[in-house]
Parts: sequence; C-alpha cells; structure tokens
Amino acid sequence: MELFNMIEGIRVDMTWFLILSALLLMIGVYGFLTRRNTLAILISIELILNAADINFAAFNRMLFPDGQEGYIFTLFSVAISAAETAIAIAVMINIYRNLKNNFVSNLDKLKW
Amino acid sequence: MDYSQFLYMRDEISLIAVIVILFFADLFLCADRKEGQPSKILTVIPSLALFLQTIYVMVGISPDLQAEAFGGMYQTNGMMSVVKAILNIGTIIVFLMANGWMARSENTLKRGEFYLLTLCTLLGMYFMVSAGHFLMFFIGLELASIPMTALIAFTKNHQESAEAAAKYILTALFSSGLLLYGISLLYGTCGTLYFNDIAPLLSDCNWMQTTALVLFISGIGFKISLVPFHLWTADTYQGAPTTVTGYLSVISKGAAAFVLFVILAKVFAPLMEAWNTIMMWLIVLSITIANIFAVRQNNIKRFMAFSAISQAGYLVLGVMSCTAQGMTALVYYLFVYLVANLGVFLIINVTEQNSEKVLISDYNGFYETNPKLSFIMTLCLFSLAGIPPFAGFFSKFFIFMAAFKAGFPILVFIALVNTVISLYYYLLIVKAMYINKSKSPIATFQSDKCSLAGIALCALGVVLAGILSQVYEYINAFSYGL
Repeated sequence: MELFNMIEGIRVDMTWFLILSALLLMIGVYGFLTRRNTLAILISIELILNAADINFAAFNRMLFPDGQEGYIFTLFSVAISAAETAIAIAVMINIYRNLKNNFVSNLDKLKW
Repeated sequence: MDYSQFLYMRDEISLIAVIVILFFADLFLCADRKEGQPSKILTVIPSLALFLQTIYVMVGISPDLQAEAFGGMYQTNGMMSVVKAILNIGTIIVFLMANGWMARSENTLKRGEFYLLTLCTLLGMYFMVSAGHFLMFFIGLELASIPMTALIAFTKNHQESAEAAAKYILTALFSSGLLLYGISLLYGTCGTLYFNDIAPLLSDCNWMQTTALVLFISGIGFKISLVPFHLWTADTYQGAPTTVTGYLSVISKGAAAFVLFVILAKVFAPLMEAWNTIMMWLIVLSITIANIFAVRQNNIKRFMAFSAISQAGYLVLGVMSCTAQGMTALVYYLFVYLVANLGVFLIINVTEQNSEKVLISDYNGFYETNPKLSFIMTLCLFSLAGIPPFAGFFSKFFIFMAAFKAGFPILVFIALVNTVISLYYYLLIVKAMYINKSKSPIATFQSDKCSLAGIALCALGVVLAGILSQVYEYINAFSYGL
C-alpha cells in the first residue's frame, strides 16, 4: 500500500511519455530501413505501433482523463496489429518454404 | 440504446448478409472430397448475390439521405452510397474476371476463399467510406488491407506471389503505423477523434497538428500509391494473380481517394493551405515519375501498375479544389477509370489464362489472331489516355476544370503535358497489337462466357459513360463540397 502511495506521489511529466514514444518511433523507422531479415523488420514495425499506443494511453491519462477514447483506440490498435502480424508471419513462412531463408535481399524476383 | 440506428447501415449489413450466405454456400456446396467436382451453382452464387446487393444499395440512394449513427461514429449520405455502388460494380466485374481462373483444378478447393476475402476487403472499404471517427476509419482501412495480403499471396506455390505479398504487407504495416502515430498526435492536441468535432480545434501554427496531417497523408498515400509511397505498387501488381491486380488497381485505390477527399475537406479544412501544397507536389511527382517509368516496362502487368500510379495522380487532382464540383469530378473519374482499367485487365487475364503470356512483346500480332479482343483493348487504352470520343476524355476534362476553377493553373498544365506523354506509352501497346509482326503470335482463343460478359460491360461503359451526360448529372446531384 505504501508503495502505491509513493508511486501516486510521483507525477511523471507528459513530456517524458512523448520523448519515449518519439524514440520508439525513430528506432522503429531506423530498424525498418536497415534490417535485412523480414522478421526483424516486423519487430521494428511493432515498435512503431507501440509508440502510437503509448501516445494514446498517455494523452488520455494526462490530458483528457474524463474520456476513454484513447484507451479504446489502444485496445483496437493492439488487436489489429496482432492480426496484421499473424498474416505477415504466414506470408514469411510461405517465403521460407520457397527460399529456405527470409532475407529481403533474396526477394529480388520482381524488380524494376 | 436506439437500435433503429442500425437501419442507416443498410449497405454494410446487406454486404455482411452476402458474406454469410457465401460462407455457408462454400461450406455445404464446395468440392466434395471424393468426387472432386465443385457444384455448378457455386460459380453463379457470388456474382448473383453481389448483383442483388448492388441493386439493393442503388435503390437506397437518394439525395436527401443524410444520417449519422452511433453518436457520429458512422455517417452516410447519398454520395457515399453512390461510391459504394460504384465499388460494387467493379467487384462484380472482378468476379466475372475471376471465373476462368477459379475453374482451374488447383483452385477447386480455394474457390470460396477468394470470394470471401474479396468481399471482406470490400466491407472494409465500405466502413472506410462511411467513417465518422478515426477509429472507424482505421478499422476500415485495416479490414481492407489485411485480407488483401491473403489475396495477393493466393497462389501460394508461386514465389512471385509470396514475394509480392511480403512487399505489400511490410509497407502496409509501416504506413499504417505512421498513420496511427499521426492520429495519436491529433488526439493529443484535440482530445477527440470525431470528424465533426476536430475541425474547429485545428489551427495553422500548431506543429503537432501539421505533423499529424503529414503522417495521415503519407498513410493514405500508400493506399492510393502516390509517388513517394508507390514503391510497393509495381512489384505487388506484377506478382499478384491478375484478377487480384485488377481489384487492387481500381477498387481499393478509388475508395481511398474518396476517403481522402472526405477527411481533407471535413477534418483538415483549417489546414487547407498546408495540405494544398503537399498534395500539389504529390500529384506532380506521381503523374510525372510514373509516366517516365511506364515507358520502359516490358511486363504488361507492371506497365499497368505505373499507369495506375499516374491515374491515381489525376484522381487525386479532384481533391485539390475541395468543392462540390471537385467531388463530382473525382467520383466520375473513378467510375470511368474503373471500367476502362478493368477492361484492360480482363483482356490481360483471358490472354494469360489461355496462353500464359504477360509480356508486351508477346502481344505482337495480337490483332491478326484475336481482332475483337485487341479492338476492345484499344478502346479501353484510348479511354485511359483520354482520347475524345471515349469516356476518359470527359472524366479528365472535368477533373482539370475543377482544379482550374479552384486556382491551380500550373498544376493543370503539368497534368496536361503528362497526358500527352501517357498517350505515347498507351499507344506502344496498340502498336504492338496492330503493327508489330511476330513469328509466333498468341494463338486464337475463345474466352469464357463470364469474361466475355465482363468485357462487354466494360466496353459499353467506356463508350457510353462519356456520351450519356446523365451519368455525370446523376453523380452531380449528390455531391457536396467544403
């Protein structure tokens, strides 16, 4: 209980949440552009989606505590990104079956 | 809660009914494991059910229709129903196109999946068009793009198909992540995500809102495949099954372009100066770069991909003005582009089904062996290029007029110059069919009945949609502007 009270006492400033989510976004974009393994690219994209979710939850908690819109949006976006990841992994398994690896440099049948 | 609100969603609910009927039809009538032959009725049901649903949607269209349901989450009006009906017509043509492909032995068991997935993406576009809240819009967008990946990877033994799907899903995920981040910034500055409530809270000098606008445009620009976000387009179009490419090139693009109009006009109206500049550059880049790349293609599906990117530029030109005239021009352009582009894809598809040939050089001497098909393909290509008697000329004319009236003469001039360039590469195909000689041209073949029906529909649309002014006036009766 005491621990809870202590945590209640600390007000984390809104700015820190924004910095965290912006950092996650940047890491995600960097990873998306530089990774060579499709699964690593997928992980980078998850970081971007999580950055947006953090934003929603933090904005809702800090700025608009009366409503639930941000939380609801977070729930939906988590569910949707899970569906997207599922189908992306299905595609990657299919590629692995054809090529025996899943590096983007081997996805070169279609170009120019 | 007032349950009568569900009645406003008659278009969506009827489409869901079609999906459920098809699901059960597939479950009970699909290929028997012992006999291995699908019931004949399965080939008719999807097109027929969707046809009846289209009639149902069209009956419900009226200029007074203007409703919001669920506290503004869902909105509908006459124009949105018109767009849904146009998307439906396109999907019916795609189903007709798919029939020959679906009749192949490797697709016997997968037949039902194709129709279900296609209709699910259509449902997503319905929700996207009718969204009144960013959550609804986002769910619709994802519902339209997730099953699309499964469609692109439909021929799972082909490596090209899997590669196309991987390129599509990775870029789709990335762009929807950026879009989501943009929406979160909008939420942070406005505290609401209802389209009706946001506009008064926006201001020009808030950098977070401007960032949100940029991220939103890049997210939806991916869907429409405008130029800096177009890199997936050519690969995906080439690798996907031809039927799916046809679907991807008009229907998902058209829905996204209309939504872009609605959201920019309704939500981002206070930032109009900012997005006018952004959209102007996107349009100039899309039209020009796609034209340059289209000239050097040899695979016809890839060629059509670049043609689709440049057509998307013209389509979005209607967004620039944000007037009622612009909206009419956009929807009319969408309809005309739909029939012309699907006409070309129908012919590419029957040719591929019968001869496995997809290169432009394979079409050398096509006129000698298949004169009727090459004639209709010529009509459709002329319409895409915008040559006067055909519908494409009028749709381009209206789009240019709307943008010119809104005060973008330079943009219209650049688009006009590019129309001439596009004429060059569309004529390359016509030249291949009529003039170039080939030692081994594609043999004469008989197309299946469904494809013939589709080709006839498209040819009629290309010829008549421009001459009969009722089409334009009908759409014009529903349009509204900023």
